Amino acid sequence: MQQFLQQVVSGLASGGVYASLALALVLIYRSTEVINFAQGEMATFTTYVAWQLIDWGVPFWVAFFATLAFAFVFGVAIERVVIRPFEHGPVLTVVIVTIGLLVLLNGLDGWIWGAEIKSFHSAFPTRPIDIGGVAFSLQDIGVIAVSLLAVFLLWLFFRYTKVGLAMRAAAVNPDSARLTGVRVGWMLALGWGLASMLGALSGLMIAPVVFLDPNMMQVVLIYAFAAAVLGGLQSPAGAVVGGLLLGVMLNLLGTYVHPVTPELRLPVALLVLLIVLLVKPSGLFGRAVVRKV
Amino acid sequence: MRGERLVKLGAIAGGAALVVVLGFTMTDYHQYQGGIVAYYLIAILGLNILTGYTGQISLGNGAFMAVGGYTTAILCGHHGWPELATIPVAAAVAGAAGFLFGIPALRLAGPYLALATFAIAVAVPSLAKRFDHFTGGSSGITLPIHTGHYLYWASWICAGIGYVVAWLVLRGRTGRAFRAVRDSEVAAVSSGVNLASYKTLAFGISAAYAGVAGALLAIGAAYTNPDTFPVTLSLYLLIGAVVGGLGSLWGVIFGALFIEYLPIYAQKTYFGFAFSKQAPSVVYGLVLILIMLVAPTGIVGLARRLRRSI
Repeated sequence: MQQFLQQVVSGLASGGVYASLALALVLIYRSTEVINFAQGEMATFTTYVAWQLIDWGVPFWVAFFATLAFAFVFGVAIERVVIRPFEHGPVLTVVIVTIGLLVLLNGLDGWIWGAEIKSFHSAFPTRPIDIGGVAFSLQDIGVIAVSLLAVFLLWLFFRYTKVGLAMRAAAVNPDSARLTGVRVGWMLALGWGLASMLGALSGLMIAPVVFLDPNMMQVVLIYAFAAAVLGGLQSPAGAVVGGLLLGVMLNLLGTYVHPVTPELRLPVALLVLLIVLLVKPSGLFGRAVVRKV
Repeated sequence: MRGERLVKLGAIAGGAALVVVLGFTMTDYHQYQGGIVAYYLIAILGLNILTGYTGQISLGNGAFMAVGGYTTAILCGHHGWPELATIPVAAAVAGAAGFLFGIPALRLAGPYLALATFAIAVAVPSLAKRFDHFTGGSSGITLPIHTGHYLYWASWICAGIGYVVAWLVLRGRTGRAFRAVRDSEVAAVSSGVNLASYKTLAFGISAAYAGVAGALLAIGAAYTNPDTFPVTLSLYLLIGAVVGGLGSLWGVIFGALFIEYLPIYAQKTYFGFAFSKQAPSVVYGLVLILIMLVAPTGIVGLARRLRRSI
């Protein structure tokens, strides 16, 4: 039982990281139907920025918020400069462009900071905490708290602010939104900025665990894809639930089902992805899209 | 029209002659690189049939290269087959894998298909590590070592055959059906094209080409392990296909030259300024985005546009 609880909590922690990145993917997909293959690399880049700030002697939490601010500007800039020219292009074109970004940013990370692995300071103490006779890692609990807080803040933003409402309008019906005076282009850019911030958050949370290197987020991105598809690519709540579910499921499978060795974690996630795509492409929370011909 | 045909025939004859001459004159090292160009050409050709002609994006053709590469490595390294005899088997096994993957892929379109194929590309190295009984795990399988000359000729002969087969397939009924599927699925179905069979066929053909390329890669490297077929390989194939021009058989050679030689030249020192080891990735990414911006039809499309405007 003790082991089970520990595994669930540490699964929720990695699930929180997947959920943040999955939510970033969903934010962008919802408004433009673009799957941003560069989301993971954008997150890695911003995590390197945080590492650099800390390396220069900036206190951790200052660097943390400075990085989030940078990530926002970075995301907006990428949408305006790189993605905007392809706004109305075919899906294939946009997918190829985001893959170009993926390769480009991956190379830049290595160019600027070198390919060797860097250790990353954790935001939370690494000692365990005792709750009801079961030892949990404070690190895990901190990660869960931060991810849930971010999701909550984002929900408040979309629910109760004017900009949030405008962004939702731009995503649901761009033409009508434009008629009522919403600047749809900038709303898309804002979406990229927020997504980039969520990505940075997931990078900052996972870096102390897996260490920082240019390929750090590649695997996390796949888990995030699986989580987003599991919850439904159209549904922000689905992304969060999908992420947490996936994190716990992978951890429990790894602990109790012996043929699932660490190497198989990734293929299992992919299997989830494929099965959902084939059986219920709209995911657990998504609505089925009717295609008119 | 007649003149254009003569020019094309001349270009093909000239290209073939150049390949033969280079095969006797270049140093062994350069022939080795030339061989790599040839197997990239084969893989990009396969991807182009699927993505360029049938409109189905694949970010996972590197995975089918892995299937072909491991088929060759296992037959040759564990069972003592001669290398060249394994190539048709590699094509068949990878083709079958592609065909099978094409069946579920029928239900996916656009970004979803991109996701699913990407997932396959990412999964292959971990699967190869897990099932180490067959694949030798991380320590891999060793094959006999050959000269660059050997790889050059093996690869270019396969590339020549692959080119002719692709041309034959694409010029006739099948090619027309592929293009119809790409341009409008609804229109294709209404004209009696069976979507399911042509899409899975395109996946199968594409994967068979990737299998041959993977087999040649394994023969050339004389070694396979899970890291021989990384995710980036799949992405580079897509970059090559885009650079050459999706939907064109002519551009494939430029795509192959681009992905083989760019890293080599991007790492040299120019005017005392040395680029980093990571420079190729940065250039790849930039080139990919710029090409989509200014010449979405690749080098061949650009050339066509220039010729029209003159």
